[in-house]
Amino acid sequence: MIEAEGLVKTFGSTRALQGVDLAVPRGTVLGVLGPNGAGKTTAVRILSTLLVPDAGTARINGLDVVRQAERVRQSIGLTGQYASVDEDLTGRQNLELFGTLLELGRAGARRRAAELLDWFDLTAAANRPAKTYSGGMRRRLDLAASLVGSPDVIFLDEPTTGLDPAKREDMWDVVRSLVTNGATVLLTTQYLEEADALADAITVIDHGRVIAHDTPDGLKRVVGGQTLEVRPTDPANLAPTAAILSRVGSGAQADEIRRGVLAVPVTDDSALTESVARLAAAGIAVTELSLHLPSLDEVFFTLTGRTAADDDTTRTEVAA
Amino acid sequence: MSTLTGTPPRTGPKLSTVVAQPRPLRLLRHSLALAKRSLIKTWRTPEALIDVTLQPVLFLVIFVYVFGGAVAGSTHDYLQYLLPGILAQTIATGCIAIGVNLNTDIAKGIFDRFRSLPVPRSAPLVGAVFGDVVRYVIVTVSTLAIGYLLGFRVESGPVQALAGCLLAVLFALCLSWLPVYVGMKVRTPGAVQGVMFALIMPLSFASNVFVAAGTLPGWMQAVVTVNPLTHLVTAMRGLFLGTPVGNHVWWTLLWCAGFVAVFMPLALRAYRRRV
Repeated sequence: MIEAEGLVKTFGSTRALQGVDLAVPRGTVLGVLGPNGAGKTTAVRILSTLLVPDAGTARINGLDVVRQAERVRQSIGLTGQYASVDEDLTGRQNLELFGTLLELGRAGARRRAAELLDWFDLTAAANRPAKTYSGGMRRRLDLAASLVGSPDVIFLDEPTTGLDPAKREDMWDVVRSLVTNGATVLLTTQYLEEADALADAITVIDHGRVIAHDTPDGLKRVVGGQTLEVRPTDPANLAPTAAILSRVGSGAQADEIRRGVLAVPVTDDSALTESVARLAAAGIAVTELSLHLPSLDEVFFTLTGRTAADDDTTRTEVAA
Repeated sequence: MSTLTGTPPRTGPKLSTVVAQPRPLRLLRHSLALAKRSLIKTWRTPEALIDVTLQPVLFLVIFVYVFGGAVAGSTHDYLQYLLPGILAQTIATGCIAIGVNLNTDIAKGIFDRFRSLPVPRSAPLVGAVFGDVVRYVIVTVSTLAIGYLLGFRVESGPVQALAGCLLAVLFALCLSWLPVYVGMKVRTPGAVQGVMFALIMPLSFASNVFVAAGTLPGWMQAVVTVNPLTHLVTAMRGLFLGTPVGNHVWWTLLWCAGFVAVFMPLALRAYRRRV
């Protein structure tokens, strides 16, 4: 269980957090959604005892992260954006080191390392230095390292940033099975898709403030749910396609959002199959047809009236 | 990746049940585990040992054959005089590396990991210092070995010579807390190198490493007399060559205690503040 009230943290003239409240009930996943520089990582670092807040309080399983930091560290696992494992050590040596530091004993540390290597499909690479690992393997080792002590509260700071879609899905499966086993997870992400796939609730933060807190469905209702995008093979079919899409959509007109691509907001999951059936009946061939959740930019635009990347130097990453 | 959909293994003791051990024991065990990490890293990057293996060879050969005749009348006499000094000097410069390495290391995610674990805060630094023992043993052995090839001979006995080696390694471990402190305090690895060089260079030359203090002007003699390296070198000369040791072993140990007492708390404080 994670509870935080009024967290404030200032670095020089940068006000990273300006009074953030977070709550994650036991056994649930909270998605903390926000662009780069919103304060997500600062919040995670405070909750995982790496930083002391300037004001506000936070508790993990009822233990204060400042006054009872030592005991908090016994029940948390932290996976950062960058791989926090030793590059010169092998995967196995890394996990055994953390097992030793977590008082599992020599045999216990060895057994736990073997289990995790197996579970994360790293056994074949176990005796190679971590610096030879691919990005996805490194991320898995990093997550494995944070699970050595079987923590019941897990912080995942942008666990899939930089991973390709297939690897991302794998990571999602891992998170799901952790929760099935009773873990409480706080996950930060820049992707609404990811928060929607994993989280029981989503807190959106921007400039160190919470600007929305809702269930994924509630948030999607506010920001406009999903968008159906279709690209007819023959551009001459744009008009009849638009007419069909407007009928299956939520009543709004289909717009040409990019050259040759039509988009319409939809509320019902059946919209995809229905539009396929209607397009087929009308004899219209398409080269592209997909259902999208709003991007972070769109979420922010709806919530704040400006784009997330407006004041961000890393625009491309945010839009990714 | 198909295995990932299974249940995560959760065997092994629950953490809260196993951490109730006395703190000093935990600190020692955790530091040793982290020292092992340093050792593995040293083993993987043997080129990082160049500073402590090549430098004593170069200094011995150059100083013995260039200055030996002028300073001591014969190269052999000067080698006998110089070797303990070169050993001390190499150890003093060799400990710069720990500050540079920690400065690089601390910026990496692994230190966040350490700090998020129920590990005593000082363990990563203490572990790094322990891990460097191997470096200092290598310096000592390789310097003595090259010395023997050039004609250096221990004139006391094996026990005294061993005591001299141990004193040198102990001195290095204690002096290490100075570069560790600088490494925590200074922003970049290059700056650590610069600051430490500015401290160690005068320390090793304003001593009796190369020449006896008696030949120096009065004010310089005063500096040389209090220099901790002078005490170490005099003690080692006594232990290797059987010459009188005087109080120099005690002075050396006192300096060792002083380095730890002053720079270890400073280093730990700087480490805690540096996030």
